Amino acid sequence: MTLYVFYFLSFLAVLSALMVVFSKNPVYSVLYLVITFFCVGGHYLILSAEFLFAVHIIVYAGAIMVLFLYVIMLLNLNQDTEPQKRTLYKFAAVISGCLLMLVLVGALKGAESAQLVFGKQTHIGTVQILGKMLFSEFLLPFEVVSLLLLAAMVGAVMLGKTPMERLQNAEKSKESDLKTRNLKTLPNE
Amino acid sequence: MNDPITQTIQGVPLNYYLWLSTALFVIGVLGVLYRRNAIIIFMCIELMLNAVNLLMVAFSAYHGDGAGQVFVFFIMAVAAAEVAVGLAILIIIYHNTRSTDINVLNKLKW
Repeated sequence: MTLYVFYFLSFLAVLSALMVVFSKNPVYSVLYLVITFFCVGGHYLILSAEFLFAVHIIVYAGAIMVLFLYVIMLLNLNQDTEPQKRTLYKFAAVISGCLLMLVLVGALKGAESAQLVFGKQTHIGTVQILGKMLFSEFLLPFEVVSLLLLAAMVGAVMLGKTPMERLQNAEKSKESDLKTRNLKTLPNE
Repeated sequence: MNDPITQTIQGVPLNYYLWLSTALFVIGVLGVLYRRNAIIIFMCIELMLNAVNLLMVAFSAYHGDGAGQVFVFFIMAVAAAEVAVGLAILIIIYHNTRSTDINVLNKLKW
């Protein structure tokens, strides 16, 4: 039963990941990426990592994808007229992707015979166990991650501020441009 | 033995997760090489991060060690920070060059 669920989720994930790469409209790419993320979330669920499933859905499908969609809307990229690489480069990209796949498959093929050492705990994905680990063993990295998020937030705000001023300056110069042009054209008419 | 993770371990071999993660990672690399739109390249980087996350959760669940899942939690935080800063940079690039084509950004090219 779980094997069939695994096959279904994997097929859907790989298919929509391919569609992310090959669909021409960026909005479609984002929507296919959402499908991929939900499939990966389903995999977390059948691995019984419930806490990570919740975090994954909230962070990826809830925050990152909305950010992507907002940026695409802001930049008005919903046309199919976007830059494409030359056919030669596309061909080279596909070839090198296949080669990487070959190398990875060749490297991981020997792992099939490797014996896994199973731990004693079977159900580790719950909030209780992970929370205990997070606040005892991994307390320092947790605090560092909070600092990192703060730094990223400050950085994003700082980066987002400057173009707005530039935009206002551009609008002002456009307005003054229009005024001077009107002044110039009015006497002629 | 009625634990869901025990059923999963009995039903799905760990190798299958290895192959699935490899496929997703290679698709991400392919997308970075194939596309010229910077936003799509960002999405493909997210795809690669997800492939690694999935493999780490699988190893963690099969091995019965929670440290892998805590690591995945940290990777998600780093990914969120990366996307926030990266998309802000992308918006600035768009304001300066009026496109998200990465071939325009060749000033650092040797």
